[in-house]
Amino acid sequence: MTTTKITIDPITRLEGHGKIDIFLDDAGNVQRAYLQIPELRGFEKFAEGRPAEDMPQITSRICGVCPTAHHMAAAKAVDALYRIEPTDPGRKIRELVYNTFFFEDHALHFYFLGGPDFVVGPTAPKAERNILGVLGKVGLEVGKEVIGVRKQMRDLIALAAGKAAHPVFGLPGGVSKPLKKDDQEQFIAAAKHGVEFAQFSLQVFNDIVLKNEQYVAWITSDDYTHKTYYMGLVDANNKVNFYDGMLRVVTPEGKEFVKFAAKDYQQHIAEHVEPWSYIKFCYLKNVGWKGFTDGADSGVYCVAPLARLNAADGMATPLAQAAYEQFYATLGGKPVHHTLANHWARLIELLYAAERMVELAEDPDIIDPNIRAIPTEVPQEGIGVVEAPRGTLFHHFQSDERGLVTKANLIVATQNNAARIAMSVDKSARGFIKEGKVDDGILNFVEMAFRAYDPCHGCATHCLPGQMPLLLHVYDQEHNLLHEIRRDGA
Amino acid sequence: MSKPKVGFYWCASCGGCEEAVVDLATDILSVVAAVDIVFWPCAMDFKRSDVEAMADGEMAVCFINGAIRSTEQEEMAHLLRRKAQLIVAFGSCAHTGGIPGLANFYDREGVLQAAYGNAFSTVNPEGTRPATTVHVPEGELELPELYDNVKTLAQTVPVDYYLPGCPPPVALIVNAVNAILEGKLPPAGSVLAPDTAMCHDCDRKASKPDKPVIKEFKRPHQILIDPELCMLAQGLLCLGPETRSGCDSACIKGNMPCTGCQGPVSRVRDYGAKALSALASSLDANDDAEITTALADIADPAGTFYRYSLPASLLYRRLRPNGGSQK
Repeated sequence: MTTTKITIDPITRLEGHGKIDIFLDDAGNVQRAYLQIPELRGFEKFAEGRPAEDMPQITSRICGVCPTAHHMAAAKAVDALYRIEPTDPGRKIRELVYNTFFFEDHALHFYFLGGPDFVVGPTAPKAERNILGVLGKVGLEVGKEVIGVRKQMRDLIALAAGKAAHPVFGLPGGVSKPLKKDDQEQFIAAAKHGVEFAQFSLQVFNDIVLKNEQYVAWITSDDYTHKTYYMGLVDANNKVNFYDGMLRVVTPEGKEFVKFAAKDYQQHIAEHVEPWSYIKFCYLKNVGWKGFTDGADSGVYCVAPLARLNAADGMATPLAQAAYEQFYATLGGKPVHHTLANHWARLIELLYAAERMVELAEDPDIIDPNIRAIPTEVPQEGIGVVEAPRGTLFHHFQSDERGLVTKANLIVATQNNAARIAMSVDKSARGFIKEGKVDDGILNFVEMAFRAYDPCHGCATHCLPGQMPLLLHVYDQEHNLLHEIRRDGA
Repeated sequence: MSKPKVGFYWCASCGGCEEAVVDLATDILSVVAAVDIVFWPCAMDFKRSDVEAMADGEMAVCFINGAIRSTEQEEMAHLLRRKAQLIVAFGSCAHTGGIPGLANFYDREGVLQAAYGNAFSTVNPEGTRPATTVHVPEGELELPELYDNVKTLAQTVPVDYYLPGCPPPVALIVNAVNAILEGKLPPAGSVLAPDTAMCHDCDRKASKPDKPVIKEFKRPHQILIDPELCMLAQGLLCLGPETRSGCDSACIKGNMPCTGCQGPVSRVRDYGAKALSALASSLDANDDAEITTALADIADPAGTFYRYSLPASLLYRRLRPNGGSQK
């Protein structure tokens, strides 16, 4: 039998770049598609010997796109390592900054990256399927608003945290810097602006996507559907929370499977190694690794916006809760298994982030100068968790009595999703590549399978103009190039 | 006259340098108007063959961020060097090695073992490791090879200019782009940032001690940091005196000490050695016992003084009994 290998290299970056290899059988149908992540920088090793209190700043360099998530997970881990509870104002300032970061990150994904597939259209001419095409649909004023909102939010992160990339304010027991009255007013104004912007964004989604039957058909298509477990942080009322709470896992049927504290993650989460990728694949330990397959018997689970909504009972703020209810009413109840529904879920979280910012910014504690407690205990071991925009993020450190790290373990958001993303790429390739036929539109349908997760492939999540360039090579068995398809990013 | 062609590329980095470019916000529109961006993986067609097809020197300038630690990154650096008239090392990792350069305290085997061997949550009884060539049922898959050491860009190819910082401050990026467009560049090899110490611009410089006052160093989590007073006056190890300015003292404004991401001023060859000597001169210690006390809470001197610059330093990496691989 002749096997043909199609290589899409690169798709985008994950602190390195992603690459897809697709094997076709002699009929030109897909045998299997592999998504490979070809880089490793070794943070877990070189964290060793460094002071624990420096982990928030060092680990933020894992990702310049979501540095605040790593900074915050590490700050929480070093709280635990020093057995110190942050003061209330310290914790609230962290959560305020965290929601500010979430807002700018989610907004950019919708307008610059994921949005173009829907706002402009998945099969629109490739030259239009980018931020410029989005502006053509929604207007230049909105484009300026998108750039303006991002700058406003990032300036506020810098105000509170030193720098937007990479923050410096997180320390065991709280934060380094108090907020002043004037800072508080800027946060309140930005938050209220953010609520309006998020509502507008949901309206855009409603008008352009939900009113288009074909788009709804894409979203609910089996090619983009996997029935897996879902995991996310929830508060005491089982509502979505980005900064803190318990981890809740629901089954593919939507029933609570387990709820656990971050410190117990090793009892529930394990990582599997494949020889063909530098990324490790997470799975539910108590279900087991059964390979790249979905269903209740497979330990594969999913994180990030759709998973967070599925794993929770609702949103903790009123406008986001209303949007949450509409989401499930429209898509046929919980859980929703459609990968592309992540885009909608992300906008609901955008609204929640802005509403939560308003709550926190208006809290009188936010300008209380009691921002940090000084550790007095001997440091030992600490585990911290947050929801990064792209999913659950664990930091785990052990140290000697001086607080020098002796061992580190990091499970980054995209690792939790790695198995399901690999499955999604494989399934969409099988669904769209038939009889050896590949063209630009097909490339985009394969690409949409992973883009919905907003995988943390470095810059791919945030840069102008937001369309991932693709290069696809089709070789015969002797590695002769049969043909090449390219799709420019701009 | 056609617009100058510009490229951006990344190696071992985090994406923060790309965010810094996006942080130009509306200024990026004027940049795009003035130049022709011909290569930018995150935003444009990522195609190595397009670069290979360019005439040598066709790009006016290529900005490269990230350290060099794999065969692929090394090849791309050489290719871009040929195709660009100017190479600008963009950000701490390309400039001095950056945070990923801390891996030079260890080696490739240590890195792989920590990730795939004894990690807390990794279940890998068969000891599977990612391999450069893997046979799967359907065929063969390949991954790039990681080097044993992390290198700076200048240790890989000749570099014309450097933009310091983790990530480079927006103001420095704007100035650099303008200098290139206007042909008003300083001598080759320059760092495109003010050649003064960070303290020079610091809001807190009035309270900087003018004589040795530190009897005991503090770590940031051990004290409540005064938001007005010089960090050194509080006994905190602030690297401002030996770090190049241009960052608007952002970390100090976040009420945390400078950790040195902008690298040294031009007169300094080895940043960490300079930091150590500056530290010695701020110590108020007169005998061995006092010195030992004062230094006790500099818990990780090498990792602190070479936080961003181990590969660029005279040390380069931790010594190994057998010498190890030179790559």
